[in-house]
Amino acid sequence: MTTRTMTLDKTKTPALFEAIRRHRVLATILFLFVLPWLTPNYSVAAHILIFGLYALGFNLIFGYMGMLSFGHSAFLGIGAYTAGILIAQHAITWWLAIPAAIVVSAAGALVIGALAIRTRGIYFAMVTLALSQCVYFLIYQMPASGGENGLRGVNVPEVNLFGLTIDVLDPINKYYFFFCFVAISLWLISRILASPFGHAIQAIRENETRTRACGFNVENTKLITFVLSGAFCGLAGALNGINLSSVAIETLHYETSGLVVMICLLGGMGTFFGPIVGALLFLLIQDVFSLWTEHWQLYVGGIFIFFVLFFPKGVWGTILEKLHVD
Amino acid sequence: MDGFMLQLLGLQLFTGVALGAIYVLMAVGLSLIFGMLTVVNFAHGAFFMVGAYVGYLLYQYVPNFWICLVAVPVLTGLIGIVVERYLVRPLYGRGIDYPLLLTFGLGYVMVEVIRIIFGKQGLPVSTPDALQGAVDVFVGPFPLYRLFVIGVAVVVLLILWLFIERTSFGLIIRAGARDPMIVRVLGVDISRVWLVVFAIGTGIAGLAGYLSAPMQGIAPEMGTNVLIVAFVVTVVGGMGSLTGAIVAGLLIGIVESLAAFMYPEASKVSMFIIMALVLLVRPMGLFGRAGLMS
Repeated sequence: MTTRTMTLDKTKTPALFEAIRRHRVLATILFLFVLPWLTPNYSVAAHILIFGLYALGFNLIFGYMGMLSFGHSAFLGIGAYTAGILIAQHAITWWLAIPAAIVVSAAGALVIGALAIRTRGIYFAMVTLALSQCVYFLIYQMPASGGENGLRGVNVPEVNLFGLTIDVLDPINKYYFFFCFVAISLWLISRILASPFGHAIQAIRENETRTRACGFNVENTKLITFVLSGAFCGLAGALNGINLSSVAIETLHYETSGLVVMICLLGGMGTFFGPIVGALLFLLIQDVFSLWTEHWQLYVGGIFIFFVLFFPKGVWGTILEKLHVD
Repeated sequence: MDGFMLQLLGLQLFTGVALGAIYVLMAVGLSLIFGMLTVVNFAHGAFFMVGAYVGYLLYQYVPNFWICLVAVPVLTGLIGIVVERYLVRPLYGRGIDYPLLLTFGLGYVMVEVIRIIFGKQGLPVSTPDALQGAVDVFVGPFPLYRLFVIGVAVVVLLILWLFIERTSFGLIIRAGARDPMIVRVLGVDISRVWLVVFAIGTGIAGLAGYLSAPMQGIAPEMGTNVLIVAFVVTVVGGMGSLTGAIVAGLLIGIVESLAAFMYPEASKVSMFIIMALVLLVRPMGLFGRAGLMS
């Protein structure tokens, strides 16, 4: 039954979706390029961009490797605080502060990952959650972080590149400044996934024992993926700090880890476009509902439960499934 | 001076045991639910919080601490029954992550519902008259209420132990944890057993919330931290092991309060250091069985 419908429908895959699947980086970049004109305002678009990147990084671990981490706020936070402290307190330029944020959050991911990948399944979610809480307390107590008040003055007023000065305070310029980072990340993630290493990641999701039996070093693959994931989330954190000109301690909160899980599931885990769709939906829902009620979390939680029960593949995953696109 | 230090240390040890008692109650419920249903209840902290608020609400109508003490776990357990029956049950057989995600979303909703009903601000809860004051515990005066919390935890654990080890329903629970398929083949309606276990676990969480209310007040976010501690305790003790939950809960409670006394900055982080050490040496936890997670 299933094989028959599959083969019949295979030929009917709409050309548009086929094209999106084949040129996934280009399609995503094009979509993000026009995004500011599709959203109510530019700041929502920038939010979608940054949280889309956060979810893209998270999707490497959750969607492609099949390990549910509940501690990714740690990397978003480490990235945001590293870039924030360097920019606000040491007056270091953005093109040094952002790479530093990526490196430091990757190092954080190495430490947390080395501990967490010793566990599997459910344990992994609990251990990453606990360790990210540990990061929360550590950064909270650090004098440079500003504790409860967070970090202020993370200002990048203008960007000088190849003799060109761009005013980043202008929301649309700011959006395209971030867009460049996200575009490069998208390309990198696509290359990682298409590489033999990327196939090893997905093989672990499908059958860890068999992957090991095939001679792959499962532990190393897991750790490297975790570090890569942490690095992309760190970049998202640094961009978020610059976007808001501040870093709040809530960045490191348990709910920020949960947020990215929700975004990923809502959009479609393990799909390339899913995290962006998820971020778009989540932040639009939040934007619309928070105008109307202060209890938007109730609706977000309700929608999330609904998706877990009835559409576990998420919006994009369900669309792909209905169209029989792999 | 030395004697004085020793006395402070002893009192801090007692405080740690009282703190650990709450952790143990949380971890036991979490572990019980996981051991039977292979569901990690991310809403466990929310049930803890709901227990505290149910107790607060009930006390307005029935101003008797003891009646509430019995009624709160029953009412929280009833909420647990509804959740298991209508939300968790459709997800059995769909992989281990989905119930976890569902309960996570549920925790979100429960916290927000409490915020709508009771407001965002925390509320103070007074200690019942009969349990105010302090008693001498060899090393010095210790708050009676905290001693009472330790007592309640011991009684609850004893009842739970007797229920699981000495009753025929407990036998079914133990059998179901080992092999639900065989139990079903033998003609037991296992889903009914799961319902009861979920209710017991969430009921105990509600009781823990009610008990800790006079010590820390109540707030919609009060469950988050406790949930994370309960996770740490189950990881340290070993998932699905009641002995592990008890030993690790007490250990972490004691270490946390001793660290608060000797080196306050490390107090919050101490439990994570213990967890990291245990993970390095015994990834399955102190009393966990290898292979349970795979």
